[in-house]
Amino acid sequence: MAEQYEAVIGLEIHAELLTESKMFCGCRVVDSVAATPNTAVCPVCLGMPGMLPVINRRAVEFALRVALALGCDIQPHNIFARKNYFYPDLPKGYQISQYELPIGRHGHLDVTLPGGETRRIGIRRVHMEEDTGKLTHLERGGSLVDYNRSGVPLLEIVSEPDIRSGEEARAYATRIRQILRYLGVNSGDMEKGVLRIEPNISLRPRGSQAFGTRTELKNLNSFRALAEGTDYELARQAAVLDAGGQVTQETRGWHDTRRETFSQRAKEEAEDYRYFAEPDLPPLTLDDNWIVTARAALPELPQAKEARYTGQLGLSPGEAAALADDRAVAEWFDAAVAAGGAPKTLANWILNDLFRLLNERGRRIDDIPVAPAALVALLDLVAQGALNLNSARDVLAEMLDSGRAPADIVAARGLTQISDEAALLALVEQTIADNPDALANYLGGKTALLGWFVGQVMRATRGQANPAVVNRLVAERLAARGPG
Amino acid sequence: MDIATLTLTELRDALRRGDTTSVAATQAMIDRIVAYDNAIGSYLTLADESALEQAAAADRRRAAGEDGPLLGVPVAVKDILCTAGIPTTAGSKILDGFIPPYDAHAVERLIAAGAVILGKTNTDEFAMGSSTENSAYFTTRNPWDLERVPGGSSGGSAAAVAAGLAYGALGTDTGGSVRQPASFCGVVGLRPTYGRVSRWGVVAFASSLDQVGPFGRTVADCAALLGVIAGHDPRDSTSLPAPVPDYEAALTGDVRGLRVGVPREYFIEGMEPEVEAAVRAAIEQLAALGAEIVEVSLPHTHYGLPVYYLIAPAEASANLARYDGTRFGPRVAGADMIDTVRQTRALFGPEVKRRIMLGTYALSAGYYDEYYGRALRARTLIADDFRRAFESVDVIAAPTSPTTAFRVGERVDDPLSMYLADVFTLPLNLSAACGLSVPCGVDSGGLPIGLQLIGDTLQEARILNAAYAYETARPWHRRLPVVPAEV
Repeated sequence: MAEQYEAVIGLEIHAELLTESKMFCGCRVVDSVAATPNTAVCPVCLGMPGMLPVINRRAVEFALRVALALGCDIQPHNIFARKNYFYPDLPKGYQISQYELPIGRHGHLDVTLPGGETRRIGIRRVHMEEDTGKLTHLERGGSLVDYNRSGVPLLEIVSEPDIRSGEEARAYATRIRQILRYLGVNSGDMEKGVLRIEPNISLRPRGSQAFGTRTELKNLNSFRALAEGTDYELARQAAVLDAGGQVTQETRGWHDTRRETFSQRAKEEAEDYRYFAEPDLPPLTLDDNWIVTARAALPELPQAKEARYTGQLGLSPGEAAALADDRAVAEWFDAAVAAGGAPKTLANWILNDLFRLLNERGRRIDDIPVAPAALVALLDLVAQGALNLNSARDVLAEMLDSGRAPADIVAARGLTQISDEAALLALVEQTIADNPDALANYLGGKTALLGWFVGQVMRATRGQANPAVVNRLVAERLAARGPG
Repeated sequence: MDIATLTLTELRDALRRGDTTSVAATQAMIDRIVAYDNAIGSYLTLADESALEQAAAADRRRAAGEDGPLLGVPVAVKDILCTAGIPTTAGSKILDGFIPPYDAHAVERLIAAGAVILGKTNTDEFAMGSSTENSAYFTTRNPWDLERVPGGSSGGSAAAVAAGLAYGALGTDTGGSVRQPASFCGVVGLRPTYGRVSRWGVVAFASSLDQVGPFGRTVADCAALLGVIAGHDPRDSTSLPAPVPDYEAALTGDVRGLRVGVPREYFIEGMEPEVEAAVRAAIEQLAALGAEIVEVSLPHTHYGLPVYYLIAPAEASANLARYDGTRFGPRVAGADMIDTVRQTRALFGPEVKRRIMLGTYALSAGYYDEYYGRALRARTLIADDFRRAFESVDVIAAPTSPTTAFRVGERVDDPLSMYLADVFTLPLNLSAACGLSVPCGVDSGGLPIGLQLIGDTLQEARILNAAYAYETARPWHRRLPVVPAEV
């Protein structure tokens, strides 16, 4: 993009809330991709005559958590509003949403860019609403509508137009998704549409305060698509402006295979949704107690964890981010540190060995029979010299499979490391004595054979010898025979 | 004993004594409906088969020693309340053939109390009107004069009770739609405090104004019905969790010391002199019974009509958006999805379309503040008027409507004159008050006149007792219309 322009990007993120039931009725929230269409519906979410909404307090609780986590001012006096428009996937002809008094306003989120720079993105508002049904247009003509999704609680998170590039958009959205998952309110599954990200993108001359004409980008089903689509759109707009043209205000789609945006719907005039306060729902008051309790119940958020890991625990930023990425992993790691493990060593083991083993088994860290303290116990055995690293990896694998304690596995498999120098010295002497040819070659200058002797000793002990001790003893005994 | 002329509470007591049966009472009503309703047109749907089954079941329960507040009593329900298995049209072609899979809360309560549902009564389309002339099906006639309207929108229910085609009935009152037809038909009709009766299952017209209310020939009948349908319902978030008093027990007839406010704004130029005279005489009667008459002012009354005609259509414009032919009701296929919605919505009648347009306009960007937003502020002033008045009085007495029943066709081409029929009833709907209409005389043509008694929030028992005291002194309800059969 040309240097004379500044990118102005704001993100609207729609996140379905993982409640048991819908926003305004008792229908179950089901997987809208897998479930049989129109099986999780009732007269309320079908918008039948005389049916009335009742607010799902769990959804409000979830929305409150998110608003608090994003540093928003919490609106104690919540008003729901009707947003009026016609579409067959909108059963009532209006969507119950929040307009003038959303649950959260004036929040912010600090995001770390790949270069390490941190940027603060403003959060304009967080509001509650209900999802629509889903239309499927048939190729042979006609459309099908599935109302399973109708009335599913939805949270809309609107950023300020503080984002300046596709990469920043990706960093911001990734962080939002991570926080939603930390809070247990959304699975983050963009493929299934439970998290939908729509950037508003415009350019303005660098230094200008006015906004240029914006386009809105839809059907981005991955963070990569978000970053690429945004950058594509910025470049496209720059080219239009460079050529002396004007950007058309419109909704554009992202074509995932052609990797380009295309015009979907012109939006020459702002749509008039005729918002007004929902008369079927009295104002919802969040009392102080509710807000205070929700705030106190917030988990330590990923940004805070990362800062603590690098600051207090001495991890690298990469390690910290990798551990903090998933709340279950981070909490497992925290528990291991609390059990007395060395943070750096734990980080290595979790990020390398444990992750590999989990991947091989297709399991999640919160779904294994290994307590964090058990890994610490295993690493203690290694630190004491009672177990070598290779054996320790095998033991960890068995811990995952059987759930047994590391000491039990070590004892049962006879894996206890031999660090007894007298015993090992005898073995070393024996091995050298048994291999005169190798000794001759070694003394003749093939010093690499030192490793071969070590290997022989290790084999003789079925790997249980302490390799560091064996290494030192072999070197000493060979040196005693002659020049190395 | 002519079973058909009993009042609701008289029938209930006769059933309790074993003097008659529910089947006999239900059959008597069905026979009368068959004989007279061709002329009156109060019912849109007669549920005679299921009514007789319910009656037989009620008689069996009675025989087994059971009782219920309305066990075996046949009643009618305005066709804007949903009834499971019985067509519910809201008086509109756009719901032609719609059979809800659920009962409205008020209907559930009736059934739980043992009542027999005779059928569904006519209404102006989506309760938008004051005469039933806006019904998409036919116009109900006033039993006192078949050339005249019964009032509306709950004109079918009012006419059915007046003509002895039901012992009691439910209506809805969004701007006067229970009280005004009660006044025109010479029966008692009560509009409860907003939230007193659940709106669950009531086809919505204007959600912040709609309220279900009972019709009866007597005040006691209304009290009995209200006691059944009132109460908290968690499915309606605007439903009040207040306990339900025994409204019938509150009917002592003692109004000594009751402070009755007479609002000067309710006696206006243009009202029929006979109406004013009858209402003033009724207030005198209350004074004679020991009530203290106080002049009060409700200074923002004149905002009532314009405010109502901004707020109600605004809410209606959204409430009626769901009628798009996609999920229920008739569908008129068009060229594409949007055209289908457009063609289907052409099934709305002219008054409904007018109000959808009024409401859409009032909510539009650039006009919201000027119209809807202003109306909301003025609504607060009107509500404050009542609140302030009730600091010094217990009950407010006023005419229900400025005129008696007008002729069929007289006002159909003039929406504004039609809207004026509700000028005394709709301010209440904009407030947190409750009100009723009780017969207080007739004009020179023999047409009934209604006295409106307005009470503060949840003071239904108080206005019922004041009406009961008046009714006991001046039993206008004993005068019955003579309805010709088969015209």
